[in-house]
Amino acid sequence: MPNMKPDKTPMPAQDPIVRSGNFEEVEYGYTHEMALEEAQRCLQCKHAPCMTGCPVHVQIPNFIKCIIDGDMDLAYDTIRQTSSLPAVCGRVCPQERQCEKICVRGIKHEAVGIGRLERYVADWKMKNGSLEIKKAEPNGHKVAILGAGPAGLTCAGDLCAKGYDVTIYEALHTAGGVLMYGIPEFRLPKEIVQKEIDGLRESGVKIETNMVIGRVLSIDELFEMGFEAVFIGTGAGLPRFMNIPGEGLSGVYSANEFLTRINLMKAYLHDYDTPINRPKCVAVIGGGNVAMDAARSAKRLGAEKVYIVYRRSEAEMPARLEEIHHAKEEGIIFQLLHNPVAIHGDEEGHVTAIECVKMELGEPDESGRRSPIAVEGSNFNLEVDTVIMAIGNSPNPLICQTTDGLEDRRGCIVVDDHMKTSREGVYAGGDTVTGAATVILAMGAGKDAAAAIDEYINSK
Amino acid sequence: MFQIVEKRSLNPSMTLMVVKAPYIAKKAKAGQFIILRVNEKGERIPLTIADYDREAGTVTIIFQIVGKTTMMLNQLNKGDAILDFIGPLGKASELEGHKHAAVVGGGAGCAIAYPQAKALHAMGTTVDMIAGFRNTDLIILEEEMKAASEHLYLMTDDGSNGHKGFVTNALQANIDNGVSYDLVVAIGPLPMMRAVCDLTKKAGIKTIISMNSIMIDGTGMCGCCRLTVDGKTKFACVDGPDFDGHLVDFDEAIKRNATYRKQEREAAEEYKCRLFEGVDNA
Repeated sequence: MPNMKPDKTPMPAQDPIVRSGNFEEVEYGYTHEMALEEAQRCLQCKHAPCMTGCPVHVQIPNFIKCIIDGDMDLAYDTIRQTSSLPAVCGRVCPQERQCEKICVRGIKHEAVGIGRLERYVADWKMKNGSLEIKKAEPNGHKVAILGAGPAGLTCAGDLCAKGYDVTIYEALHTAGGVLMYGIPEFRLPKEIVQKEIDGLRESGVKIETNMVIGRVLSIDELFEMGFEAVFIGTGAGLPRFMNIPGEGLSGVYSANEFLTRINLMKAYLHDYDTPINRPKCVAVIGGGNVAMDAARSAKRLGAEKVYIVYRRSEAEMPARLEEIHHAKEEGIIFQLLHNPVAIHGDEEGHVTAIECVKMELGEPDESGRRSPIAVEGSNFNLEVDTVIMAIGNSPNPLICQTTDGLEDRRGCIVVDDHMKTSREGVYAGGDTVTGAATVILAMGAGKDAAAAIDEYINSK
Repeated sequence: MFQIVEKRSLNPSMTLMVVKAPYIAKKAKAGQFIILRVNEKGERIPLTIADYDREAGTVTIIFQIVGKTTMMLNQLNKGDAILDFIGPLGKASELEGHKHAAVVGGGAGCAIAYPQAKALHAMGTTVDMIAGFRNTDLIILEEEMKAASEHLYLMTDDGSNGHKGFVTNALQANIDNGVSYDLVVAIGPLPMMRAVCDLTKKAGIKTIISMNSIMIDGTGMCGCCRLTVDGKTKFACVDGPDFDGHLVDFDEAIKRNATYRKQEREAAEEYKCRLFEGVDNA
């Protein structure tokens, strides 16, 4: 008999006041008893609608059944069959918009906590699992992957499992991409990301860091080096600014810079050399996950007041529900229906205030969301010493600029349904194709590209 | 890891290092830069490529010992290795098609101005090299600069080499004497580059400067190195580091470069204390 409790089994978490002063993970994860209780809420639907909501098609009812049966190794293997990074997805996927959105239990009550269960299985494996790495029989074909983020890692993992000789080229000194530089420690511990990457390395994936492809080697040179196919997963690494006065002041950060200083360069730890200004009052512009991450990181650096300034209302916010909920719990102040028009500074060029205008919601725009309209004469100043722009990123143009014959549309690399670009043997996926999106969508793209590359090389 | 194959002190505060980095050496061009990280807890700092040897697979960097990271770098010796060394980054300088150029270097900036002079000289451009230092003891690369130019004008702030004055005095004097430059390349501290640009704007001479902004990744990802050029936001790491000096908002750039001055000073002081403690304990 399934457990018919209407709500998800609660996830234990650090107290909001305590956690807003540290960078440790917010949620502790389920105990075995909690996981079992939650697993029993799954109806084991034969048609498994949840799976259709998952970009990498994790066999959700099957792995949940394994938890109930107490076969944790099999539960992990079931997830791992289609997902290269289970511990990551369990933590950062927007489940409420994917698998859990179409969970049958969610029609009347709360959906099954699929993400929480996935995390539990992945964490169990890291703690208790045996480290038997199954190495595939080498097939003698070489593939190069550009970028060691979610798309590249997934593509590499899938190809490696098929026996390909895979090399990932990463521009930064650490593999992981946005999982390392973008998503904060308190939401996705870097140790966990590192373990997932180490696992891929042990399975045979080679990772060359400090290699900025486009500058140090071109895609043409990679082919000359004997690679038969190239996958571009270089992400959306070009921060957008608003083009309002004052964006050049000291104290104005892109979210990428602010988060990179903290996450990748560990500026929050005193024994690391990268500097960061510890802010008192902060305005974060934007309403996505990155905005929540930046706001909550600022709070943890000791900021007394942190504002989220968003031009629409909460209903239109693109952030995961859980992130918004956590941010509120931690005392982040939501200035909704507000839009910045200028940033003001002192004589030395430091930020002193952000000038905002109030907004009203009008008719729905092309995205289907009601478009915000400025209320004339409603300008006012919010006193802050730091402004963080979290209004999105464009794809990094380096590869397009340095590769002949690679078609792009407004900077996004153009691909067909099989992730194939306009250049033979060159595939692309993730944010560099779609513009800034989610970890799991990038993983889905990496997965599709791996299948397409396999087919391409086999058909040669 | 990137091995240091040669280390030379150019003056008490400037060091030259030749680093084994074959991939970078193969692609490097004048005007491009590298980013390095000395150790696991270190920051990433950009340094312009001073020279390269494609055959030997080496890249030369010249740095001024000013902060903690450059102090740590200077602790390394021949045979030691730098943890991370990334490049070549940024766009190469566009120097083609000029008849008579003045290459102006200020202090440590001469280390970067010199390869520009060398590149121009090799293209057949007539090069006047104007180099400024605080005093005669700090003069670096004198022979190299002489070899890469028709005339070398060495200026010192205190006149200790017999030529008292700023680089702008020498440049203005040449212009007043009827030298007609079609290009000025100015590299050095921001106030010096601004002074050169003020002068050349009046004289109507195209001027290229090289920005030394604060950076993290150097690939356009963080946006930290942004500056305003002709009213538009540009990133020094991918749009530069060379820019038309007449269009750069120097006021803003100077303020932005001071963002972490306090932390930088504290870190350097603390590191110096630790170094001396180490000496005492030894």
